[in-house]
Amino acid sequence: MSKRVLITGISGYLGASLAQALESSDEVDFILGVGLEEPPIDLNRTEYQKADIRSPLIHKIITGAGVDTVVHADLSSNAIRVGGRSAQKERNVIGTMQLLGACQRTEKIKKLVVRSSTAVYGSDPKHPSVLAESWSHSGHLEGYSKDVADAETFARDFGRRRPDVTLTILRMANVVGPRAQTNMTQLFSLPVIPTALGFDPRLQLLHEEDATEVLRQAVVSDKPGVFNVAGNGVIYLSQAIRLARRLPIPIVGPFGLMAADLMRRLSLVDFPTDQLSLIIHGRVVDNDRLKTVFGYSPRYSTLEALASYLESRGHETAGPAALTEWERGLYDRVAALGGSRHTEIPQRPYVVGKAGGRK
Amino acid sequence: MTSQSSAVREADARERCRAITSSQRRCRNFAIDERGFCHIHAGPRKGSLPAAPERRPPEAVLEERVRQFMEFFQRRVAGDYTVDDLGFDEDLTDQIFHPLAMALYRHYWRVTAIGIENVPMTGSAMLVSNHSGTVPWDGVMLQFGLREEHPARRTLRLVGADLVYQFPFISHLSRKSGNVHANADDALRLLRNGELVGVFPEGYKGVGKPFGQRYRLQRFGRGGFVEIALKSRVPIIPVAITGAEEIYPMIANVKPLARLFGFPYFPITPFFPALGPLGALPLPTKWMIEFGDPIGTEHLPADAHEDTMMIFDVADQVRDRIQQMINRNLAARRGIFR
Repeated sequence: MSKRVLITGISGYLGASLAQALESSDEVDFILGVGLEEPPIDLNRTEYQKADIRSPLIHKIITGAGVDTVVHADLSSNAIRVGGRSAQKERNVIGTMQLLGACQRTEKIKKLVVRSSTAVYGSDPKHPSVLAESWSHSGHLEGYSKDVADAETFARDFGRRRPDVTLTILRMANVVGPRAQTNMTQLFSLPVIPTALGFDPRLQLLHEEDATEVLRQAVVSDKPGVFNVAGNGVIYLSQAIRLARRLPIPIVGPFGLMAADLMRRLSLVDFPTDQLSLIIHGRVVDNDRLKTVFGYSPRYSTLEALASYLESRGHETAGPAALTEWERGLYDRVAALGGSRHTEIPQRPYVVGKAGGRK
Repeated sequence: MTSQSSAVREADARERCRAITSSQRRCRNFAIDERGFCHIHAGPRKGSLPAAPERRPPEAVLEERVRQFMEFFQRRVAGDYTVDDLGFDEDLTDQIFHPLAMALYRHYWRVTAIGIENVPMTGSAMLVSNHSGTVPWDGVMLQFGLREEHPARRTLRLVGADLVYQFPFISHLSRKSGNVHANADDALRLLRNGELVGVFPEGYKGVGKPFGQRYRLQRFGRGGFVEIALKSRVPIIPVAITGAEEIYPMIANVKPLARLFGFPYFPITPFFPALGPLGALPLPTKWMIEFGDPIGTEHLPADAHEDTMMIFDVADQVRDRIQQMINRNLAARRGIFR
């Protein structure tokens, strides 16, 4: 089957890296990237068209290019990058509606892949510890989470109206990696990392290579359904901060919003305020369906994904020297008590992510 | 019917372990070896007494402890450890929570655990216990007591109320020690993974019961725990905790204050708040935790978890068993503090 693929959000890392991955595939004849900015990666045979998916022009582009597959990777989790919350909502919600409306009119389209997010579940201490795709939300969502939920609803409605289309919804965990620019990578690039006092959330990460590969497989083969896409295992925020050799700044609950706002204004980090609940309560999803039904096992676990990102940023991965010195002194003092034996400090190479530690 | 009762007689006729436990009682386990000891007291090598531990100079012991702790400390600082998907941090539990809880377990409440052989060495089961104490210390002691006393050092995964997971500090400490929020998804997942799940079906009604109601089991909610056990087809092990119901003798509940703070109750005891923070110390009562015979669920039909009558039936059966164990252990004890 010849494949002509349209990718929205080509200006983002994931859209561009998907285009790059598809370029090397013989099955795909034609790749068209749509976005407001040039792709961040050099692409060879991908055609770039500057266009806004919110405009009806998108219908002309789809019919003109004669695409049979649409990958929607344009949901933005970052309000600042797209010019404020209302612009973000406009782009996420109206953009998705417009795009899907255009797809519905185009008979040739046989496949829709939506890059969704696990943000669709929200974060709440009353939620199950590990969320499966079948778990449905009954609570209140806001900000990006609500956008994602709305976009998914549109996609499902579209799927119902066009049963001939293969619909794949990929709910991705927070993406990290050497090249991706995400809220998470920004958070860990800070010199000190703000946390909520008294809360230590479980986080789950997805490596950019796994994210790209899952998207690529959804394009080149038919994988209908909704899938959580996340690395195996979880990590506590406190542990992630230690691995990043950073210091946490615990902020007392009510001041959390204020602090987030202040940091955003100082343009230190633009962690979306609607995602603060993630930093308080965390979120973990079940990737079982991805492994069994979709047929893909993430190559990077959560811990390895973080390690890969940290390594690329040249974070120090050796054990803190001062601590080893202090330990040395402690042994000396103990040895002095006994007056005889002298202990060798065991050499422990602190290789991040290899988890030579205890399970 | 006849085969069953003869099996019971046979079980009664079996020889019991001849060891005397640290609390000066006869060990109640069945004897398994030819010398008349049970699987706990038989020791590592059959036929010979366990070798006395090698005597080491105190500084060597201290050095070993320091080394262990420093290794742990370095692991923590470096972030070199893993936790399970539900947030159980075994390293932290082993090195910090467990020793702290053991100080209370051994020296403060001097807990005696009996019937520990009823908890399986592997595989899942659901432990159901009475709940009390205003502050749920009984959960902490049950969880760490099982880790300490069980030969397989099994970890009990308790399910906790909403409030626990909304509360700063408590929420993540509870998760790190292996507990989860009380919802069916988590409980089913744990049982599927072969874990031990612990529930307190009395909930707030139990933990906040007034002193006059002590050792009287409250209603067992909607029996959700039975539904989960039937669905997972795991045995239910009734657990009776005595001693815990007297640690904070609650004589009044100030409801307006409870509402103000968003707590399910605000306790007044003879010592709290009259003695201030000192009054918040739990009383050093003598505790006993008894693990009862498992109540099997395999013989029930596969769709039993959809039969409401069946659920209430099993819930009542579990409740009766626990109440009986409590009554028996209360009658046998010499006093509240010894």
